[in-house]
Amino acid sequence: MSKILIRGAKVLGHDPQDVLIDGETIAEVGTGLSADGAEVVEADGKVLLPGLVDLHTHLREPGREDSETVLTGTRAAASGGFTAVFAMANTFPVADTAGVVEQVYRLGRDHGYCDVQPIGAVTVGLEGRNLAELGAMHESAAGVTVFSDDGKCVHDAVIMRRALEYVKAFGGVVAQHAQEPRLTEGAEMNEGVVSAELGLGGWPAVAEESIIARDVLLAEHVGSRVHICHLSTAGSVEIVRWAKSRGIAVTAEVTPHHLLLTDELVRTYNPVYKVNPPLRTERDVLALREALADGTIDIVATDHAPHPHEDKDCEWAAAAMGMVGLETALAVVQETMVDTGLLTWAGVADRMSVKPAEIGRAEGHGRPVSAGEPANLTLVDTAYRGSVDPAGFASRSRNTPYEGRELPGRVTHTWLRGKATLVDGKLT
Amino acid sequence: MLRHLISAADLTRDDAVLILDTAEEMARVADRPIKKLPTLRGRTVVNLFFEDSTRTRISFEAAEKRLSADVINFTAKGSSVSKGESLKDTAQTLEAMGVDAVVIRHGASGAPYRLANSGWIDAAVINAGDGTHQHPTQALLDAFTMRRRLVGRDAGLGQDLGGRRITVVGDILHSRVARSNVDLLHTLGAQVTLVAPPTLVPVGVGSWPCEVSYDLDAVLPKSDAVMMLRVQRERMNAAFFPTEREYSRRYGLDGDRMARMPEHAVVMHPGPMVRGMEITAEVADSDRCTVVEQVANGVSIRMAVLYLLLGGNEPAVTHTRTEEKSDR
Repeated sequence: MSKILIRGAKVLGHDPQDVLIDGETIAEVGTGLSADGAEVVEADGKVLLPGLVDLHTHLREPGREDSETVLTGTRAAASGGFTAVFAMANTFPVADTAGVVEQVYRLGRDHGYCDVQPIGAVTVGLEGRNLAELGAMHESAAGVTVFSDDGKCVHDAVIMRRALEYVKAFGGVVAQHAQEPRLTEGAEMNEGVVSAELGLGGWPAVAEESIIARDVLLAEHVGSRVHICHLSTAGSVEIVRWAKSRGIAVTAEVTPHHLLLTDELVRTYNPVYKVNPPLRTERDVLALREALADGTIDIVATDHAPHPHEDKDCEWAAAAMGMVGLETALAVVQETMVDTGLLTWAGVADRMSVKPAEIGRAEGHGRPVSAGEPANLTLVDTAYRGSVDPAGFASRSRNTPYEGRELPGRVTHTWLRGKATLVDGKLT
Repeated sequence: MLRHLISAADLTRDDAVLILDTAEEMARVADRPIKKLPTLRGRTVVNLFFEDSTRTRISFEAAEKRLSADVINFTAKGSSVSKGESLKDTAQTLEAMGVDAVVIRHGASGAPYRLANSGWIDAAVINAGDGTHQHPTQALLDAFTMRRRLVGRDAGLGQDLGGRRITVVGDILHSRVARSNVDLLHTLGAQVTLVAPPTLVPVGVGSWPCEVSYDLDAVLPKSDAVMMLRVQRERMNAAFFPTEREYSRRYGLDGDRMARMPEHAVVMHPGPMVRGMEITAEVADSDRCTVVEQVANGVSIRMAVLYLLLGGNEPAVTHTRTEEKSDR
């Protein structure tokens, strides 16, 4: 591997600097660096960030290769500026054994677009009854540290307590999909003014908030850390804020779509807006943005959930829940957080790279852009504005809620350990 | 006039009054020895019923046949739908056979909206009830019935329901009839009050153009029409109310309660009634109860809707009006 000189990049949005990559590592950061023997990438005022890390991705392989594979999903990730993604466990078979997590891990390594860190299921088959072999998954080649039944809530308080306690032995963390199952039977959208009119089954905010409240108290009681997936309501923000003020080791994520979209969109009955947790209200959206800005919410995670066309080209009730997000995440964060003045680019690096890598213990990711660090980098043309065209997605699925919507920012380059995975917006 | 009829909320006051007036014309056809108009001759209407609903389907079918349309009945049971065919494919298959209008009943809220707005088909779409969302022709036939009873058959022409006080009682949460009625009655100038146990009122009802009360007895004396909705016994098992008896005592309409209504006030029910639950036999069989009229009016309303969506510019009932005028 040779040398690459990124010239004139606003590192974390600061004054332009040159960044020299030598092999897998950042060799030097400074001004007026010599291009001698290096391939030059003119950054021309683009923003350079540490490679993004997604703590919540559905890659669908094994089992639903019709919607996504590790290859197509990691290509989508590289396209979106990610150098590491955490692959959720709700595959077929479920990633609840060392064998499945190792397979996913190796596929990621072999394809080389983006590191894939599998998440292990908390319970066997995501059924919420018996703990999966968490230790075996941790000790496998995949080195699993994040465990989640995502898609389903670990609703049994005793199972949740045991899981929180058990993973302490190896520094693991349980990522909870907070959804009280009884309160969300037949739930199809946020319960409120819009659901009342549309006659769609309500998914009340309290179903999320009550589980988060329980789990932060459980985490406090057993002295464990807990991570809250895709937090979506203003009330959840208040609970997490309270928990953090008590010193409870809770971290939380928000998805890009919950930072931008509201349940008003469901009035179209277009299932591209069907997602779990559901799109909430304007008030929730604003609370989530504020919480991400002040650090109550630690990170942005995509909940990239690919589905085949037929699962969205139908009536609302029959449609699958979820949206693809890897290729639009940064643009939505720029739109909602940077261009609104809520977050600097350094803040974006923190919420989309440093913190998620920390929570998931993704080694070599979320590191500073400085000499001696692994060259996991992404270059963003923040001046760009354009409308989203799903036809250009690297993901196998097209279920984006942003089709035709104008969004800012475009990832032009991504480097994974010094190897370019994306050049001028094109995958290598 | 609209191209589709998906929601009662889509109708303006003038649209709604036009439908009611047209339905009055259609009703006169029912009084003729030959109850048939040539209006939709050569047009094909499919009744696409994904949910069993014999009375609504028969009502539409009668309306279509009286307008001389060619009628195709499609029920999901035993069809390709039960073999996993999607709504989109079913609809496109039917359209390929040259259908001009689709009357759809579907268990999923929003299915008719999707059918009309996804570019799947070109035919006019008429919502015959979707999930817990809307049932616009029911609301129209209810408004028609109220206008006849409270304003008058002839006096009502061109009129709305301004100032009338309408009370809707029962399972509001799961009722497309309630939603449609609130929208349409509000558009027509009526004051609507919903009465139900709090468990059967949706969260978010505060944004609806109506009042909500939990006390039926307080509302009855101030009602010009009281519409009782069916309450399914299964709701009891989901803890919406403790027992049938308790529901019936607190929210059912019996003879004593009916006596508290103003003398001119009518009792309505979209059917099917659960006698002994939300309504007693005494009330159901009284001459203040419009259930049977509502059924007859349903055919007139559906004729009016089909005519206005499909019939083009020609008058629906030629000669009839002048003839009747000379009769007066």
